[in-house]
Amino acid sequence: MELTSQVGGTVLDGLGYIGALASLGGRAAYFTFVGPFRGKPLRMQRAVSQAMDVGVRALPILSLITFFIGLILALQAAYELRRFGALNFVATAVALSMTRELGPLITAIVVIGRSGSAFAAEIGTMKVTEEIDALETMAIDPIHFLVTPKFLAMILMLPCLTIWANTMGICGGALFGVAQADFTWTRYIQASIDSLFLRDVMTGLVKSVMFGMTITAVGCYEGLSTGAGAEQVGRSTTRAVVMSIFLVIVVDLVFTALFFFAGGH
Amino acid sequence: MESNVQDTPQTDAMISLRDLRVRYGEREILHGINFDVQPGETLVILGGSGSGKSTLLRTLVGLEKPSSGQIWIRGRDIAAISSAEMDEIRRKIGMSFQGGALFGSMTVGENVALPLQEHTKLEASTIEIIVRLKLDQVGLSGFEDYMPAQLSGGMKKRAAVARALAMDPEILFFDEPSAGLDPIIAAGIDQLILELKRAFHMTVIVVTHELASAFLIADRMVLIDKGNVVAIGPTEEMRSSVQPRVRQFFDRVAEPAVAQELDYLQMLTEDRHQKNAAGSRIKGAS
Repeated sequence: MELTSQVGGTVLDGLGYIGALASLGGRAAYFTFVGPFRGKPLRMQRAVSQAMDVGVRALPILSLITFFIGLILALQAAYELRRFGALNFVATAVALSMTRELGPLITAIVVIGRSGSAFAAEIGTMKVTEEIDALETMAIDPIHFLVTPKFLAMILMLPCLTIWANTMGICGGALFGVAQADFTWTRYIQASIDSLFLRDVMTGLVKSVMFGMTITAVGCYEGLSTGAGAEQVGRSTTRAVVMSIFLVIVVDLVFTALFFFAGGH
Repeated sequence: MESNVQDTPQTDAMISLRDLRVRYGEREILHGINFDVQPGETLVILGGSGSGKSTLLRTLVGLEKPSSGQIWIRGRDIAAISSAEMDEIRRKIGMSFQGGALFGSMTVGENVALPLQEHTKLEASTIEIIVRLKLDQVGLSGFEDYMPAQLSGGMKKRAAVARALAMDPEILFFDEPSAGLDPIIAAGIDQLILELKRAFHMTVIVVTHELASAFLIADRMVLIDKGNVVAIGPTEEMRSSVQPRVRQFFDRVAEPAVAQELDYLQMLTEDRHQKNAAGSRIKGAS
C-alpha cells in the first residue's frame, strides 16, 4: 500500500512538474509569437543581449568540445570499419551521427551548463531579493519581462549553435580522415556532404529548437520556484541542470522515435 | 478604538478591508482583518515578528491571494478582479521593499525609468527628466548611473522609493523602511516619508516594528498580533491606550513565561510533524 501510494505520488508530482513547465513555456511562446501583434512588443534589446550570452559566448567551448567529439567518433568508427577495409566510410559515419544526434545533444548539454544554470541562478536570486515581487507590483509580468527574451534567444541560437557544432564535428572527423584514412581535406568534406540528406540536418535542427524550449522552461521555472534564502538559489541551479539534462534526453527520444516511425528512418 | 465592521466599503475610503483572511496551506495567517484607510493619511501597521503584518502588506499589493474577505482599493475589490484590472490598480500604487529590490543588472536611473518605459508612451528625454526629478526628491541627485551594488543600504532604500514614486502613485506602501539601517540613516528615511506626505498628500501605508519611527510618521496606527487587529486608532490615542496587549507592545514587555513555553512546545511538535529530518535535532534539544 505504502509503495503504490509512493509511486502514485511520484507520478503525479512528475506530471504536475511537466504541466508547470508547459504552462510557463506556453506563456513565453505566446509573448514571443502572439504578444507583439496584441500590443505587447518584444524586448529586442534584452533578447539580443541574451542571444549574445547564450550563443556567441558559447562558441569557443562548443567548438572545442564538438571538434573532439568528431575526432572521437572517427576513431571509434574506424576501429570497426578498418576490419572490413571500409575506412573511407568514416566520413559518412561521423557526418550522420553528428547531424542526427550528437550535434544537437552536445550543444544542448553545453548550453544547459552555461545558460540553463545561469537562468535559474539569475531568476532565483531575483526571487530571493524580492525583485520578482517588485516587477509584479509595478504591473510588469515577470514572464514577459524575464522569460520571453531568454526563450526567443534560445530558440534562435540553439539551431545556429547546432549547425556550428555539426561543422566542427565534421572537421574533427576530417582530422582523422586526413591523417589516417588517405583522405584529403576537400575529399573528406565532399564525402561528408554527399552522405547527408537535408532530412538528417533538419531533424537535428527541429530537435535543437525543442531542446531550447525545454532548457528555457526548466531553468526559468526552477528560478521562479526558488524558496527563501541564498542556499535555495544553489539548489534551484543544481535542479535546473539535472532536470534539463534528463528532459532533453526524453525529448530527444520522443522526437527521434517520431522521426523514425514517420519517415521510415 | 474598535474597528467598525461593515459589509460594504466606506465610499470615501482609499482602502477598506472587510473580514480579510489569508492562509498558507493549512495555516491561517490573518483571521479576519477589518479597517479603513482614508485618502491622504499615513497608517502604520505595527506588530511583532510573525504577527502577520508582512503578509497583510503583501496581500494589500496583490502579491498574496486572500482566502476570503474583501480588499477595496480605490472602490474596487482586488480580491475579485481580473489580473488586467489589478494591473490598472498597480499603476496607481508604489511599493518600497525591505531590501530595496532594485534590479541588480540595471543602473539606478534605469530602475526608476522602468515603470515609465513600460506603462507610458513618454519619450526617452522626458523619462530622463522625470528620473532626475524623482531621484532629486529622495536626495539622490547625480546617482543615475550608479549600479545598485555600489549604493549603501540607506541609499538603496531611497532609490527604491524613487522607483516607487515614478508613476506618481496615489498610495505608497513601505515594508520595514528602517530595517537594517543605523538610527541616523533610519531617521533620514522617516524624514523622507514625512516630506513626501507633505508634498504630495499621498496615502502612505508603512509596515514596521520600530516604535520611534512609527510614532513619528503615523496619523493612525493599527496593531496586529497573531493575525488579528488588536487595536486601531490615532497615534495619540494609541500612545495612551490602556489595553494590555497594546501596552505590552509599546512598553516592550516580554511574553509571559508560561504562554511562551506552551508556544514553544507547540512549535516543537508542529515541526516534528512537518519535517522528519529535524526530528533528531529536537530530541537532542529536549
